[in-house]
Amino acid sequence: MGSGFVTLFIVSLIIFAAIAVLPGDFAKVALGRSATPETVANFQRSLGLDRPVTERYVSWIGGAVKGDLGVSFSSGPGTPRTVNSIIGPRLKNTLFLAAIAALISVPMALLFGIIAAIRRNSWLDRSLNALTLVGISFPEFFVAYVLMLLLAVKLPIFYSLARITPGMDVVEIAERLALPVATICFGIIAHMMRMTRAAIINLLSSPYIEMAKLKGTAPWIIVLRHALPNAWAPISAVIAFNLAYLIVGVVVVEVVFVYPGIGQAMVDAVRSRDIPVVQGCALIFATAYILLNLLADVIAIATNPRLAHPR
Amino acid sequence: MTNEQGSQSGDAPKGFATSTRRQFIGWAGLLALGASLSPLDVRAAQSAPRQGGSVRFAINDGTPADSFDPATWQSSYQQVIFGGTLCNALTELDATGAAVPDLAESFSSSADLKVWTFTLRPGLKFHDGAAVTVNDVIESYRHHMGPASSSAAKAVVESIVDIKADGDRNVIFTLSGGNVDFPYLAADCHLVVMPAKAGGGIDWTRGIATGPYSIEDNQPGVGVRMKRNPDYHKPGQPYFDKVEFVNIIDVAARTNALLTGEIDYMVDADIKTLKMLAQNPDIEISKVSGLRHFSFSMNTTVAPFDNPHVRMALKYAIDRDDIINKAFLGNAKTANDDPVAPQIAFAVNPLPVHSYNIEKAKEHLTKAGLTTLTVDLSVAETAFPNAIDAALLFKDHAAKAGIEINVVREADDGYWDNVWQHKPFVGVDWLGKPTCDSLFTTAYASGAPWNDTAWKNKRFDELLVKGRAESDKATRQEIYGEMQQILHDDGGALVLAYALFIDAMSKKIAHGPIGNMLQCDNFRMAERWWLA
Repeated sequence: MGSGFVTLFIVSLIIFAAIAVLPGDFAKVALGRSATPETVANFQRSLGLDRPVTERYVSWIGGAVKGDLGVSFSSGPGTPRTVNSIIGPRLKNTLFLAAIAALISVPMALLFGIIAAIRRNSWLDRSLNALTLVGISFPEFFVAYVLMLLLAVKLPIFYSLARITPGMDVVEIAERLALPVATICFGIIAHMMRMTRAAIINLLSSPYIEMAKLKGTAPWIIVLRHALPNAWAPISAVIAFNLAYLIVGVVVVEVVFVYPGIGQAMVDAVRSRDIPVVQGCALIFATAYILLNLLADVIAIATNPRLAHPR
Repeated sequence: MTNEQGSQSGDAPKGFATSTRRQFIGWAGLLALGASLSPLDVRAAQSAPRQGGSVRFAINDGTPADSFDPATWQSSYQQVIFGGTLCNALTELDATGAAVPDLAESFSSSADLKVWTFTLRPGLKFHDGAAVTVNDVIESYRHHMGPASSSAAKAVVESIVDIKADGDRNVIFTLSGGNVDFPYLAADCHLVVMPAKAGGGIDWTRGIATGPYSIEDNQPGVGVRMKRNPDYHKPGQPYFDKVEFVNIIDVAARTNALLTGEIDYMVDADIKTLKMLAQNPDIEISKVSGLRHFSFSMNTTVAPFDNPHVRMALKYAIDRDDIINKAFLGNAKTANDDPVAPQIAFAVNPLPVHSYNIEKAKEHLTKAGLTTLTVDLSVAETAFPNAIDAALLFKDHAAKAGIEINVVREADDGYWDNVWQHKPFVGVDWLGKPTCDSLFTTAYASGAPWNDTAWKNKRFDELLVKGRAESDKATRQEIYGEMQQILHDDGGALVLAYALFIDAMSKKIAHGPIGNMLQCDNFRMAERWWLA
């Protein structure tokens, strides 16, 4: 827990420092090529950019602790736009897409991984392996475009745009999100499945499994009752890693399918040098990553009491 | 006349048996379209305007930070949707590029062109039903003025020294100097009229204005849904019942969305796949040569560019047509070191036309007292699209004339802050201005804010002031003709090409002649187009 906070603090320092040294000035980018030195100076003053870096960091991190990520540079005079109001809806969209993808991919990955472990070196194992290798090897945008070409352009079953608007019914949302979810799952199922398979197979050669085999226990019971509990630690770690990826790394999918997620918001903010939004996104990403890894550790300890009592 | 305009659709694909891979993909798109659109080749542009229907336009540069505040409108997303669809200014640019009355019914000026009177149309209403008053106009202008302003239009309104009301419908502008082009300035999309607040300033937060469509739903960075304004001041317009703007940044996603019928129009088609798209019989490609132009700009105060013969040698050492064919794949128009696009009033084509001429380049090099020349040319992909390719081609062309160009690749990030106006020889993307005066005032007069060539010419500056306060057309033609000639012969900007606006749309959409000053039919496509 404590180490998580320390990590987060260090990350916040890195984010702030990295952004402080970015080339280009928000005021100049925001005001465009029509900016004169005078308008730039006016603008910088109104954003508080003329204050020293340390002072800006302290006020930013102080607000962030309370859940206030500051005010976007795009605010007009007298009409503040909080970073939360810009990121909020995007984060909700991203979490929604991530949740659907996770609900589909995690059970599938576990199931395939266990099947592959039980029937290892069979044709089923080999073909699952081959398929997942293909999944890992292709970049996401390629998979996305192929799926789009096949299932949206050639056979117009699904939509090429994943725009969901309030008031859409469940069926349409499902149709709209089918392709991005499929694209994401294609990549992450592979990773989690292979890890599950490897973790279980690794255990299957241990002496206590030999013992269970000698007792005459059925192979699937060996895997589920004897091997799997000991495999949760590596499996939960890789699942946490992939869930974090779902939140922080699907920007390519968001761009290709025009899904208004947080990754896209961050890229836009970087382009327009809206620093508070960039910092907010980075902090949220870091938090998601740290929290999920923490959760993975907790699961590992909970499922394997030995880890809680180091000798 | 000079602008390449209208539709371009190639031959229909021959069939699967003999098709190449490209044609195959074209076919694939065509099959998908067949499901959603009539396969008949409707000659959209010929039908008469009629009301009804809905349409979806895809624009490519919206961000979550976009707001209704006209002072912040930089992207084409904001300028087209908010400037051109939600709002009106006192004047607008019509399809021929002339400034014509919009919210104003008429305008007139004093003899010295210093005092301009605009008369509002009677019965103008905002989207919430409130009447448009003279005070709304005044506050809308003041929004951009004053020392604390950081408005994108600050430079445009700088010459206004006073605005006052005269009766219920007249607004009187007093300028610091005579300016015959003031109606063009008033057409600037930032100078739209929004409701004034009681204590001064304007209330832009609600997105209430006077335009052909009012906001139904606005999600910054995602899209805007709008519906027809029933009280619109132009009889019969607008034609669509509903319009929707969608922000699609990725060009492949835009193209797919158009092919699958999810959108009806896309801005900025990909020139690399344009031929394939043009083969689709249900899609029209519109190519309009606008004001935007690309230059390699030389700082005339830095050696060796301070020598006019060196500048001239470089102007002759570039094969513009080759660059247009190879770097822009034919999607640009050759320019002749004159930033004034041919459709701008008083544009001329200065002689001699600067074409690729190794002998002349060498001759000028000799006159400059040099036998060889080595210069650094700074470019980045943001300098203008395919600028790096263009610069590398230029390097090859110039090498034949004994000029060695080192192409320096700069970072895209911060290019306009750290390279442009800092390095002596750089690639520049100019969005252009609709009049000679505004173009020269912002970029070529001595001390102009964007004078990246640091060029100073006394005669040019004198003519600029003279032309601004001159109302006689023949005299202005003479003045601006001479200015363009001076710039062409002596200036530091090697203007190589005018860009085309290349958009693709479904043939469901019909339109008249497309405006050739600004993007998207001078920003007003939602008002001017209709369903075929």
